[in-house]
This record gives sequence, C-alpha cells and structure tokens, in this order.
Amino acid sequence: MQIGVLALQGAFYEHIKMLKALNVEAFEIRQKKDLDKPMDGIILPGGESTTMYKLLTDLDMFEVIKKEIQAGLPVFGTCAGLLLLAKKVNNHTSSYIQTMDIVAKKNAYGRQLGSFNTTGNFAGIDNMPFVFIRAPFIESVGKNVEVLSVIDNMIVAAKEDNQLATAFHPELTDDLRIHKYFIEMVRQYNKKAI
Amino acid sequence: MKNNRYELNKELAQMLKGGVIMDVTNAEQAKIAEEAGACAVMALERIPADIRAAGGVSRMSDPKLIKEIQAAVSIPVMAKVRIGHFVEAQILEALEIDYIDESEVLSPADDIYHINKEKFQVPFVCGAKNLGEALRRISEGASMIRTKGEPGTGDVIQAVVHMRLIQGEMRNVMSLREDELFQKAKELEVPMDLLRFVHKNGRLPVVNFAAGGIATPADAALMMQLGAEGVFVGSGIFKSGNPAHRAQAIVKAVTNFNDSKILAEVSENLGKAMVGINEGEIKILMRERGI
Repeated sequence: MQIGVLALQGAFYEHIKMLKALNVEAFEIRQKKDLDKPMDGIILPGGESTTMYKLLTDLDMFEVIKKEIQAGLPVFGTCAGLLLLAKKVNNHTSSYIQTMDIVAKKNAYGRQLGSFNTTGNFAGIDNMPFVFIRAPFIESVGKNVEVLSVIDNMIVAAKEDNQLATAFHPELTDDLRIHKYFIEMVRQYNKKAI
Repeated sequence: MKNNRYELNKELAQMLKGGVIMDVTNAEQAKIAEEAGACAVMALERIPADIRAAGGVSRMSDPKLIKEIQAAVSIPVMAKVRIGHFVEAQILEALEIDYIDESEVLSPADDIYHINKEKFQVPFVCGAKNLGEALRRISEGASMIRTKGEPGTGDVIQAVVHMRLIQGEMRNVMSLREDELFQKAKELEVPMDLLRFVHKNGRLPVVNFAAGGIATPADAALMMQLGAEGVFVGSGIFKSGNPAHRAQAIVKAVTNFNDSKILAEVSENLGKAMVGINEGEIKILMRERGI
C-alpha cells in the first residue's frame, strides 16, 4: 500500500511518521509529476489552507486531485485538509476542493490563544487525544455524512464514503488509531476496486 | 487532559513549516501576502530596510495597525517587540497576537535580559546566530527559532552563516560522548536538558526558520537546502518592483526547494529585486543585539 501525503506546506512530515509507524509506505506530493505515482490513498495535512490552495492551483494539481477524490480515492484531511475538502467554508470567501458534503468554519475557536487539547470519542473509541491548533469545526453535514466526533456540541470529525476529515491533529500525538482507521478505509476501498 | 500551552505553541510553529512568513505594514499588503500564499504575516510599521534608513529608536507597532491586519486576513498574524520589553509583549498578548517575535530588528529595551517567555500564553519566536543563543532562547520559553541574518539588507550572507553554524554545532554535539556534554553545556551557557535533546535527536526541540536578507526565490531555496524549515521574508517583497509576483515565486521556491527546474521557472521575469546593501556597507549590526 502506498499513501501520498500532500507536502506543499505544513505538518506533512508528521503524517509520514505516523504511516511509517504503521508500516505503510508514504511519499511526498510536492508537484504535479508526483501525482503520477501509484497511490492507494492521499492525506491532506494541517498547515495554512490558503497557502495550500494557492500552490495546488499554481502548480496545476488541483483538478487532478479533485477528480481522483471524486472517482473514489480515499482521502484523509486534517485541519487545513478538512477546509480543503469542505463543500463550503462559511466565514471565508473561498471554498476549495468541495468534494465533501460538510459546511466548515475556519479558525472556529479563534486565534492561537483558543488552541487547546482535550480527549474525546472518535467513532465509538473513547479517550482519544485531540489537539486543536487554530482549528476549524464542522457546522453542518449532508445526509450521507457520518459524524465521528463531537466536542462541546461541535462536530470535529466526519466521514463520507471515501473521505475522512478531522478538525484536530492526530499526527501530533503518538496515538496511531485514527491513522489505522484511515488505512482500514483504504483497504476496504481497494477490495471493492478489485 | 490539561492544556499545555507550550506544546500547543510549538505545534503552531509545526503548522507553519514549509511556508513563507512575510513582513507587511498595512492591511492591503497583508491581503496581497495572503493571496500570494504566505503562511503567516508579520505586522510592523516599517519594514527593516526603512528602519535602517530612518535610524532612531524603533518600537512595537501601533495596536490599531495590528488590529487592522488581523481583521484583513485569516492566516496567523505575528508582531515584533523589543528584546527584553515584556510590557510590549503583554500588550500584544492582549491583542491576541498569534506569535510574538522578540526581535533584534527593533531597538533593544534591555541589554542583559530577554523576556521571560514562560510567563506568557501566546508563543514567541526569537532570533539566534548560533546554537548557544538558540538553546538559551528556548530555555526562556521561545517555541520557535529563526536565524538572525542582517535584516533590511537584502544580503543573505549572515542567514547562511547562522544556519550553517547552528547545523554544524548540532553535528558536533551529536558526536560527543555523553560525559563530554557537561563541559559543552558550560561552554555554550545552555541548560543540560536541552543539550541532551540535541545530542539525541540532532535537531532543535522547536521549529527553525531562516530570516534576514532573503530577497529572491533562490535565496529562499538556498536556506531550505541548508536545513531551514521555512523562511521569513522582510524587506525583500514589498521593497521589490512587483511584490505580489515575487511573493508567489518565493512561496513556490520554498515548496519545491530541491527542484532546479521549478526554481528556474519561478525566478524568471520577477522585476527589480530590492536594491540591497552589502553587509560591509552597513553601520548597525542588528545580529549583535541580544545574545
């Protein structure tokens, strides 16, 4: 199995470290030709969504990634990655890849002073460590979206078919379970494809 | 789980990695920077080149200006305080700034003590020209480090010197026997626990950016190839002929710092670079402030 990690800006190395710990092969996607490599899934990391979007368009990668996701490529977006996937970002002028039927709010907890850690439930698993850095949350979800985590009445993780998004950063903890969950999604998808 | 502010602050720096932090002096420039792909902006009244030209005492920016810039963009907003001026830092914290740069670009307020950054909830980035300075700033609570290249010159030489020196000193620390670390800590005037971290991991315990004198995409890529995790560009953008164009080019150069084809493409037709001053021609060496 090969997972591509979008490496335009942000905390991509942290995701690669998690995948390595799970014995999954990972590679960096920095430009269009990197998208030619065989890929079973893609991770959109944390960082600045405006920066990543700008580079996705300038480096001519945006349409390719969007089409792949629409065709069923498993994708996992964290924080900025969630904003990239959202159908709509409510308090922001631009929306991005827009493949996931969620409405998100950027910087929903305010500035850096609003960043926090907590523990919560993810897809029925209790006591998961959550790290929120200038994080968004999900204001509403479409009917095919499964809500996976709720913190203080706000949706912070969700799944729609091949798409997984978290407002927090599992890659900043040493808990591998959410990455394992994504790898399982990729396995299921591969099975269907065969 | 209790909030660990220091960890959260280090983690914000991790999110900035691979990005370009741009100096801006008003809301309009901040928007240009955001649209060009900056991962954060540094709000200040005058860019370093103008501070150098104007002379006199240089201080924290007007809070009104910082608020206007905060309102204009959705990316993190940083601002500078004078070295040791903890009240300027208190004011920036009250403005909910995303990062404070305790910076040698402004006139130092204290020639011995830096700010006790552990007292603050908001994160700090500090300049360092060698490993000793970097670890001392981290021991005071800095959650991000940058080189102390000569600001406002457009001359990258000092950023290169600092980055090479810090990397070289870390390689040296890694090569030591454990029982030699005590003497090294004494020489560098740094705490033993931080030196042990470097000995074991071969890197700083926080993110390390390049800053000072970066004016072209090639300068930015040079710093990345030398081991920087991202770059600050001060005067280099808004002192150039076509700021938006140059800003985008530097952003792309930082992402693809190892691809000479892309670097050649983005270096093309950028218009005039900032004029710059060679380091031999300047009177004030800002890097000597705060050691």
